[in-house]
Amino acid sequence: MIKAIVMGASFGGMESVKKVITGLPSDFKIPIAVVLHIGNNNIDTYMSLLQRHSHYKVKESEEKESLKEQTVYFAPPNYHLLIEEDFTLSLSTDEKVNFSRPAIDVLFETAAWSVKDNLIGILLTGSNNDGAAGLQTIKENGGTTIVENPETAFAKTMPETAIKLSNPDYILDLQDIPAKIIEVSKMQ
Amino acid sequence: MNQNNLATEDIELDLLLQAVNMKYGYDFRNYSKAHLRRRIHQRLKLSKLSSVSELQGKVLWEKDFYRIFLQDLSINVTEMFRDPDFYRLFREKVVPDLRTYAHIKVWLAGCSSGEEVYSLAILLKEENLLNKTQIYATDFNKNVLEKARQGIYTKRDMELFSKNYKEAGGKGDLSDYYTSKYGSVLFDKSLSKNIVFADHNLVTDGVFAEVNLVFCRNVLIYFDKVLQNKVLGLFSESLTKRGFLCLGTKESLRFSDYEKKYDIIDKKMKIYKKLPVTK
Repeated sequence: MIKAIVMGASFGGMESVKKVITGLPSDFKIPIAVVLHIGNNNIDTYMSLLQRHSHYKVKESEEKESLKEQTVYFAPPNYHLLIEEDFTLSLSTDEKVNFSRPAIDVLFETAAWSVKDNLIGILLTGSNNDGAAGLQTIKENGGTTIVENPETAFAKTMPETAIKLSNPDYILDLQDIPAKIIEVSKMQ
Repeated sequence: MNQNNLATEDIELDLLLQAVNMKYGYDFRNYSKAHLRRRIHQRLKLSKLSSVSELQGKVLWEKDFYRIFLQDLSINVTEMFRDPDFYRLFREKVVPDLRTYAHIKVWLAGCSSGEEVYSLAILLKEENLLNKTQIYATDFNKNVLEKARQGIYTKRDMELFSKNYKEAGGKGDLSDYYTSKYGSVLFDKSLSKNIVFADHNLVTDGVFAEVNLVFCRNVLIYFDKVLQNKVLGLFSESLTKRGFLCLGTKESLRFSDYEKKYDIIDKKMKIYKKLPVTK
């Protein structure tokens, strides 16, 4: 049974993350943790925008809180976001990974260890290499991996790198990702 | 790594932490597991080890390797005037109180390589408080403590630190406080004359002084709830009546055993003031 979804996006990610989350039907409730490289943009403004369009509760992650149904957790700016074995969230101020903090790899890797095969990992648009190694760890631990089609993504480097490195389960256009999430969640 | 191996690794990790505690007296068992696992995986990769068990053997038998491993597990990323807003609010909301004290004692717990200690010392100096202040800066890691004591940092970092300093309401220029040489900077010894750098482990050591201010930012996030509570207890015991507690901006007394024992001075920047004990 799918217990959590982790998602990562970089350049162009504000729009794509919104499309995936708002594409989920109102009876869909699996918790979602997101690392979005947002640069100097204000994450609070983005979260309240997303909140207006989604049935999910949208919030910034607080350390040691439990992942709950129907909630989207964003990594706070300048902190890595980690998922613990007991299904709680941790934050860290460790070194940047792939020049990023938060880094997608840190979320994906720790989620893979903790949620194992009950996890879906989704990597969207971006112009760096973050997330590829983490996606591979998700796959190795039995999770399902989805990468946005680099040909139609806003920026293709990140999905391209992930495809080369991790051989994901699905490569999809952005608009087809929500339906696949639902399908995978119902499969087991 | 498949799932079966992952479960085996869980056992290995528990055994490793137990071994480190038994042999060296450093107890990491209540640290964030995800964080530890990341650090340990990095070490496996760097030292080309195939399993946590192999690493455990080296940690137990090779003293030098153990020192490297301890370095891996300690928190060593910090910057001067990190979260400038915090320092601005500290000037505004804590300094006026500190001014009324005859002597100020500060405990900066988990000082790492010292960037925060020097930030605080500079702030107190600019407020003309440094001369009557005694700062205890502690960490369990002797290597970073030595670095903190020296007060030498790379010139490269000064760009960010100066920017932070300005945003934090610094009254001069950060370069007023250091001298540069060959890509390094040395902070003025007048800043550290009232600082005692000491080895103290938050997990296993107790109260060592009564202080007016505890400064412990971005350390508790690496601990589980049990250990967080224990350490917050240690701070509460150390603080004088109406003493201040400053945590990292993503840390909080909320949901801890000590929530009701403090006033919130600033909710966002996590500045707390201990309430007088009522019996």
